[in-house]
Amino acid sequence: MNLAATPDDSAQPRHRSSPEADLKALAASSHLKRLEAESIYIMREVAAEFSNPVLLYSVGKDSSVLLHLMQKAFHPAPPPIPMLHVDTTWKFREMIAFRDRRAKETGCRLLVHTNREGLEQGVGPFTHGAAVHTDIMKTQALKQALAQYKFDAAIGGARRDEEKSRAKERVFSFRNAQQRWDPKSQRPELWSLYNARIHKGESVRAFPLSNWTELDIWLYIYRENIEVPSLYLARERPVVERDGRLIMVDDERMPLAPGEVPQMRKVRFRTLGCYPLTAAIESQADTLPAVIQEMLVARTSERQGRVIDHDVGASMEKKKQEGYF
Amino acid sequence: MTVEHTNPQGAVTAIDGYLERHETKSLLRVITCGSVDDGKSTLLGRLLYDTKLLFDDQLAALEDDSLRHGTQNGELDFALLVDGLAAEQEQGITIDVAYRFFSTDRRKFIVADCPGHEQYTRNMATGASTAELAIVLVDARKGLLTQTRRHTYICGLLGIRHVVLAVNKMDLVGYAQNIFRRIESDYRVVAAQMGIEQVTAVPLSALHGENVSRRSTKMAWYNGPSLLGQLETVQVDRSVSKLGFRMPVQWVCRPNQNFRGYAGQVVAGSVAPGDEVVVLPSGVRSRVARIVTADGDLPQAAAGDAVAIQLEDERDISRGDVIASTSQPPQVADQFAAHLLWMDAAALLPGRPYWMKIGARLVTAQVTEIKHRVDVNTQERRPAKRLELNEVGYCNLGLDHAIAFESYADCRELGGFILIDRQTNATVAAGTLSFALRRADNIHWQHTDVDRAARALIKGQTPACLWFTGLSGSGKSAIANAVEKRLHAMGYHTYMLDGDNVRHGLNRDLGFTAEDRVENIRRVAEVARLMVDAGLIVMVSFISPFRSERGMARALFDEGEFHEVFVDTPLEVCAQRDPKGLYAKARAGQIHNFTGIDSPYERPEQPELHLETQGVAVEELAQRVIDTLPGV
Ligand SMILES: Nc1nc2c(ncn2[C@@H]2O[C@H](COP(=O)(O)OP(=O)(O)O)[C@@H](O)[C@H]2O)c(=O)[nH]1
Repeated sequence: MNLAATPDDSAQPRHRSSPEADLKALAASSHLKRLEAESIYIMREVAAEFSNPVLLYSVGKDSSVLLHLMQKAFHPAPPPIPMLHVDTTWKFREMIAFRDRRAKETGCRLLVHTNREGLEQGVGPFTHGAAVHTDIMKTQALKQALAQYKFDAAIGGARRDEEKSRAKERVFSFRNAQQRWDPKSQRPELWSLYNARIHKGESVRAFPLSNWTELDIWLYIYRENIEVPSLYLARERPVVERDGRLIMVDDERMPLAPGEVPQMRKVRFRTLGCYPLTAAIESQADTLPAVIQEMLVARTSERQGRVIDHDVGASMEKKKQEGYF
Repeated sequence: MTVEHTNPQGAVTAIDGYLERHETKSLLRVITCGSVDDGKSTLLGRLLYDTKLLFDDQLAALEDDSLRHGTQNGELDFALLVDGLAAEQEQGITIDVAYRFFSTDRRKFIVADCPGHEQYTRNMATGASTAELAIVLVDARKGLLTQTRRHTYICGLLGIRHVVLAVNKMDLVGYAQNIFRRIESDYRVVAAQMGIEQVTAVPLSALHGENVSRRSTKMAWYNGPSLLGQLETVQVDRSVSKLGFRMPVQWVCRPNQNFRGYAGQVVAGSVAPGDEVVVLPSGVRSRVARIVTADGDLPQAAAGDAVAIQLEDERDISRGDVIASTSQPPQVADQFAAHLLWMDAAALLPGRPYWMKIGARLVTAQVTEIKHRVDVNTQERRPAKRLELNEVGYCNLGLDHAIAFESYADCRELGGFILIDRQTNATVAAGTLSFALRRADNIHWQHTDVDRAARALIKGQTPACLWFTGLSGSGKSAIANAVEKRLHAMGYHTYMLDGDNVRHGLNRDLGFTAEDRVENIRRVAEVARLMVDAGLIVMVSFISPFRSERGMARALFDEGEFHEVFVDTPLEVCAQRDPKGLYAKARAGQIHNFTGIDSPYERPEQPELHLETQGVAVEELAQRVIDTLPGV
């Protein structure tokens, strides 16, 4: 595998394929291969059917897989779809560096959007709370960007296995001109025939990873040598404990209680977002195989690490109706 | 599986081993069909639980939910695990299609979980469209019900060939063999009628986990597999297809002048460089030069692979074309017999054009005849003039372009299609092609009603008559012209009627007497009405000074079709502009009965739009007119 900023990993690309193996894999049509082909198919549909699509890039593992699939889908052409990162200004610093580097390496056009008004008003997770911060700097910011660039389709990395309400999400999820999702007016989706017809101002969110599970994502990252931020690997990191959650002190904006001293603990992250809202887990898994191995015996789901899901009683469904995804 | 915590090197080996197994692991797509309370949610929750796919936090949430909403006196209520949207949870039923994931060491499963009520037939069809196997649930106490037939019929219609009959709640019938056997044999008869080839019946108790993931000790008389055992081992082999190579072109890859590739997913057969292929519907032939992927060129591509194909010759091929082997290519046709499942609240009307998406192709299709409707509960054929929501019909279809196709039974990808409403863009139907009709077999489509709604629909617009009235020189024609230009640029179909193009032809015989003026307006109004009937947006630019004349014109149109636009410019301004020198002549007594001079102009009392033109640019006035048009 090929992880950023991990000098000591056993990162030799593995040469596992031979012509015979290729043919064997072809015949076996493994489920990862089926998932990959399906995702590529979906991306090509988006490129062919929409005039101004974008890829929502959040820098995490799912985005890394999306970017990789996009390179595959349009090969040998460069990715014809730009990627958009909604920067809340509270992301882990490593994420930003990683993002910029990957954009350069893949030749994919990168657009970065920040909610300027929110920034001017000083909105942040510590001052305004997780819910307000997420709403203004992420949900509203995304809406601003989509409206500003007039994107008619946005590719996202959501998976149906993530959460109960997502299990019913369509691959092409229709949004009205106010960018809202109405669970009652979703279009029936048969076979792989996605209805891409929309009126002016309406849009579609497309989810090529709908049928992937978290384990599929990791195995695919491993198999394909996809680069992901090293935050996913256990390292000694400065953390403080808040309400039983380990929060990494990524910069000096993190307010510390009197006498509170960040401790070095060996931790990793299962999802990446705004650092104050993303809880770490203690782990010894400092290589990708070790992470996968830990996953196989893991006893908590990945959403556990997202502070936002616990902050308010509001369900995921509500956030989705408001355009969070 | 369990993996011991080891050193990194050990982890690499363990994961490589796991990956190897995981890679050859196959994927099975399943649909679960059952009626409310048959125990479908309990069964699915149990499968997730038994395959250890639940995490601690999810289990904690489940315990919590079980206490608050559970039906099991605080015991774990597995049904709650698979309930999604809040609204549905309140109603206590699942309405939509939800997808669940679990896997064992042998297979990964994607389960489409759909409601079973008749009003959710379309949801079931959605889930069935991608499934290879169906689990049909039956309550052991109730035996086969109407819905069992319906579920099986929908599965058969969508081409599912394998069914596991899950006879649930065996605990409530004392795990009695005879009850199970009777249900099983009844069901085999039903399944055979619906074209389901393979049925495995499993007696089980979802609640107690009997025969779900392990063989039950309570039913020693049963020696078949547990439900999960059957799911893990059943051979569905989609790839065994008698068809040759077929690939719909999804996207043309042209990074530079030197490369042109056709990207798509192979849907049947296999292909290798050097193979001769034909492109349909055009019929041009070529050879495969390369099969390109990001992982390098392939020596062969087979069904399911997403690739880009480069041909030996430059051909004009675009999205929606099908590349196929020359030895047994698909047929090409534009008239079909097909089953349709109607999925929209607005009924299917024969003769209306809809978008049809099939493969990567988008064409216009209309139902030329509904041969019969099929009652989804009894499978009886009934005559029908229209299809309502959740109804199934057997229909003839006429397309505006010929397409390459396969019968749905042979190939889902080239035989399954959806219909899309051209105005709302809703997905209104799912269909499966049976066979092509010769045109002569399908001449009925001449007889079907092409009405004004159909004509409007094909133009994608709401027809209207914009009636501009006002003094000579008030700016009627200038504004009407600007309106037409804009509408035209926006893709609308329009026509303009004014004194010039009517007086010189149709109304050449009319003079300027009072009777002739009335007749002039009557004819113009009639022509405008015919044009609205034809689906156009018509602009009429006539002084039309008398209320009664304008009222007569208005009466010819339907509510909302007639828009009276009063172009209000003061007489002095018009007389001053006098573009044709008419006011001067009228004032000099050379013209008689001239509106505003020696003949009155009756101002409209309630025009749809009152335009005071002074000081406002023509372009802005035109925009205000367009803003009043519905559906623009
Ligand atoms: N005794 C018994 N009850 C069951 C069994 N399976 C489900 N039930 C009960 O039947 C009721 C309906 O089950 P549920 O899973 O919600 O049905 P669904 O509407 O098909 O999803 C609940 O009270 C379940 O506990 C079973 O195998 N035995």
